[in-house]
Amino acid sequence: MRFKLLPMAVLLGAALAAPLALAQKKYDPGASDTEIKVGNTMPYSGPASAYGTIGRAVAAYIKKVNDEGGVNGRKINFITVDDGYSPPKTVEMARKLVEQDQVLLLWGTLGTPSNSAIQKYMNMKKVPQLHVYTGATKWNDPQNFPWTMGWQPSYQAEARIYAQHLLKTKPGAKVAILYQNDDYGKDYLKGFHDGLGDKAATMIVKEVSYETSDPTVDSQVAQLQASGADVFFNITTPKFAAQAIRKAYDLGWKPLQYLNSVSGSIGSVLTPAGLDKSVGIISTQYLKDPKDPAWQDDKGMNEWRAFMKKYYPEGDLTDVFNVSGYGAAQTLIQVLKQCGDNLTHENVMKQAANLKNFELNVLLPGIKINTSPTDFAPIESEQLARFDGKEWVRFGEIIGK
Amino acid sequence: MSRRGLILLLVVLALACALPFVFSSYRVFQLTLAMIYAIALLGLNMLTGYNGQISLGHGAFYAIGAYCAAILMDKYGVPYWATIPVAGAVCLLSGFLFGLPALRLEGLYLALATFALGVSLPQLLKYKGIEHWTGGVQGIVIAKPDPPFGLPLSQDQWLYFFVLLVLLAMFVLGWNLLRGRIGRALVAIRDHPIASEAMGVNSALVKSLAFGVSAMYTGIAGALGAIAVQFVAPDSFNIFLSITFLVGIVVGGLASIPGAIFGGLFIQFVPNIADEISKAAPWAIFGIFLIGFMYLMPMGIAGAIRLGLARLARGVQNGSREAAP
Amino acid sequence: MEGFLHQVLSGLATGGIYASVALALVMIYQATHLVNFAQGELAMFCTYLAWSLVQAGAPYWVAFFLTVAIAFTLGVVIERVVIRPVEGAPVLSVVVVFIGLLVILNSVTGWIFTYTIKTFPSPFPKEIGLGSYMSPHEVGSIGVTLIVLLLIYAFFRYTPLGLAMRAAAQNPESSRLVGIRVGGMLALGWGLAAAVGSVAGMMVAPIVFLDPNMMAGILLYAFAAALVGGIDNPAGAVFGGFLVGVLENVVGAYVVGNDLKLTVALVLIIGVLVVRPSGFFGKRLVTRV
Repeated sequence: MRFKLLPMAVLLGAALAAPLALAQKKYDPGASDTEIKVGNTMPYSGPASAYGTIGRAVAAYIKKVNDEGGVNGRKINFITVDDGYSPPKTVEMARKLVEQDQVLLLWGTLGTPSNSAIQKYMNMKKVPQLHVYTGATKWNDPQNFPWTMGWQPSYQAEARIYAQHLLKTKPGAKVAILYQNDDYGKDYLKGFHDGLGDKAATMIVKEVSYETSDPTVDSQVAQLQASGADVFFNITTPKFAAQAIRKAYDLGWKPLQYLNSVSGSIGSVLTPAGLDKSVGIISTQYLKDPKDPAWQDDKGMNEWRAFMKKYYPEGDLTDVFNVSGYGAAQTLIQVLKQCGDNLTHENVMKQAANLKNFELNVLLPGIKINTSPTDFAPIESEQLARFDGKEWVRFGEIIGK
Repeated sequence: MSRRGLILLLVVLALACALPFVFSSYRVFQLTLAMIYAIALLGLNMLTGYNGQISLGHGAFYAIGAYCAAILMDKYGVPYWATIPVAGAVCLLSGFLFGLPALRLEGLYLALATFALGVSLPQLLKYKGIEHWTGGVQGIVIAKPDPPFGLPLSQDQWLYFFVLLVLLAMFVLGWNLLRGRIGRALVAIRDHPIASEAMGVNSALVKSLAFGVSAMYTGIAGALGAIAVQFVAPDSFNIFLSITFLVGIVVGGLASIPGAIFGGLFIQFVPNIADEISKAAPWAIFGIFLIGFMYLMPMGIAGAIRLGLARLARGVQNGSREAAP
Repeated sequence: MEGFLHQVLSGLATGGIYASVALALVMIYQATHLVNFAQGELAMFCTYLAWSLVQAGAPYWVAFFLTVAIAFTLGVVIERVVIRPVEGAPVLSVVVVFIGLLVILNSVTGWIFTYTIKTFPSPFPKEIGLGSYMSPHEVGSIGVTLIVLLLIYAFFRYTPLGLAMRAAAQNPESSRLVGIRVGGMLALGWGLAAAVGSVAGMMVAPIVFLDPNMMAGILLYAFAAALVGGIDNPAGAVFGGFLVGVLENVVGAYVVGNDLKLTVALVLIIGVLVVRPSGFFGKRLVTRV
């Protein structure tokens, strides 16, 4: 009958075309048969320039991948630019990368204010803002910002872990907090308050901030000691963490100290502060610390060391930032691998939200990366650890998914 | 202004209007930013170039203007074009108020006071007490304006023309101010403070007004900047911004109106060029550019052009003098 | 009470840092009548040189004095090569050259030495019995600052060379007429200022840890200290340094909290300058009509 002929023809045509469509390559601007363009901004200059080494480690890793044949036969063109940790500059550079360089995705852009500034733009342009390098909690919001995804465990989640631990082990304690007066510091602060719940008001006896332009935090630490607290939550970036740990010890103050994981590096923080002055500090970990004797003969870390020697020899072998960049870059490569020949903006996000039990050899054993369309937080697990003067001794189980 | 100058100006203007249709969206955005900086630099130039009061803290007024625009747009739904005059008024007042105690300070000491202003403002913006207006460390995200009356322009192109309009208005205003009595008073105070007082110039009033007006210009630029970038956060307005402004007016040319435009183009584009040249140490390249510019053109680009034109004119004059018997 | 004592003493310690950098600023001002914004970065760069010497195995004091000598030479070279060509230019153009220098030094140091913090050794003994109030290094560095102050004071007040330098800065034309080699004086001034700066850097680094952005925060306070104390008075600069250090801590701890510390510093600075426009101990400038 006549009316059945047309739909039949369509069905037949679709059935014949479908396998052809599947085998076809799909490219958005930034991808081709030979190349995938990935854009990135990093603070190579300015107050946050210590993080610039992450960008260099990533660039080195991508060179290694390219040397070994690239991803699915394509070389990765990693275009990284300096934004000096200044949001207007990040906006300008993001526009350049997306509109002028026509990258397939923006990846690993560092800094909470920098990423806040471009979040709306990236989502409007429908270009992925993938694995943003900040622990702010707001990146896990697939409902409102389907093109933005973080990578590292959120700061608030980490602070809640400390709060839970404190409530369990020392419920009557008095807490003093030192925090950096910016997004990062305030995010940790909020998480800690939330974690303590209604006991926050009675337990927290002093909160003191500092600016990155302050030469030292000695005055702040003295204030905290004077409050009579016996617990110290240390929310500081590496340079100031080293100063705070040392000053607390020198003042004769021996509180139970929680140190945020950003400054957990034995080489860049605890050694300058003084290993003997850092005994007893509690932090969380998700990456293997290069100075930790436990990973001296670890296969994964030795691969990392070999990589550093060959591709990033001027990089610091004691700096956990370089491990972090290496691990994050591996996650990018996995996402791109999973895209196969379908290299569109949309598929990049789809694959990024489709990582199942992905393991990195620089993550602590037992920590896996998992994402889904409703779960835009790749790494959510961490483990508490206590420093014993030589290494981080992990205790308890792995917390988080 | 001479007829030749007027023709040149019209040609430049026509070119400026054609650019957004020739260049990509991204370049138009960059040019818009350069124009915004030019407005800020004209403000600073009025104070430092024409009136000799060194300010190392004009980034603070830029920030105040930016936050005015952001808060009005975000919290009170004020349309973007209405935020400009408000930002200007707020900065006019705050600049004047800052200028009053600054009257007692000269040279280095004034530089220090303005430096302290520039350094302390970001911290003030993060203050808990005003956090629910300023958004604290998170900053404020604002929407980009659409072209009005359904004009067939993209958002970037419309913003470019809007900024161009404001720039023209501010520059004409500035030109009138500086050409007249006030301008002469500014320069007189800069060059011979005691003599000008003796001649009846109300030094205190003029100097404070100079601060106010210069802050107003920079504040208006800040508001435009906030709208263009669509984001304000305290740490975007640190002391380096103030220092960049100072560099801009010196490289562009002190006490020169076109100098502001050259300066704006310089501070917008040269860091990018430096970044292209060297990934490892881009700011070192920028520093070399700065020093090089100062060697070759100690009076700034505008000054160099003026010298060049004067030499040409002299050359023509000498030539014609020789030709005549 | 003990808390207050801690604040005051740690204020004196940071004040010592500001004082030592302020001395370098005063030094360069006395010699050239210009404030060199790049002074901090120059000091930081020289400290990195010292660090490299120590890493290479040199004992502390050898590295220390060698660095001071290198710093002096570097200062002279910079004056000859970078500053001399813009000598006749307007003041602000020279300031832009300083800014260029600042940016170059910062960027190059970061490139060569990376931005990870490094420890810098202290020559002072680990314990001297002041217990928790002030570390031996902090006490020692205040001592070094005072020694440098005495040397500078004696130099400008009692030596003919110091007098010649002051004359060259204040009135170059007349000085030339009297036979003073003004150009040489400028170079010497830069060399000495760089040397003083390097000492400041080496005293500061053990306290704040060595990184390329080490001096950025300190420069503002040192600038304030030098001006509040009187830019042409070395003793005033040291006094200014201690004042700024203690006030900063006390205000931050007891008056407004650390969140508004910088704003209060601003108000204080303006307040002092409005009352005493040339700083506490500066010479009042009287301009003749």
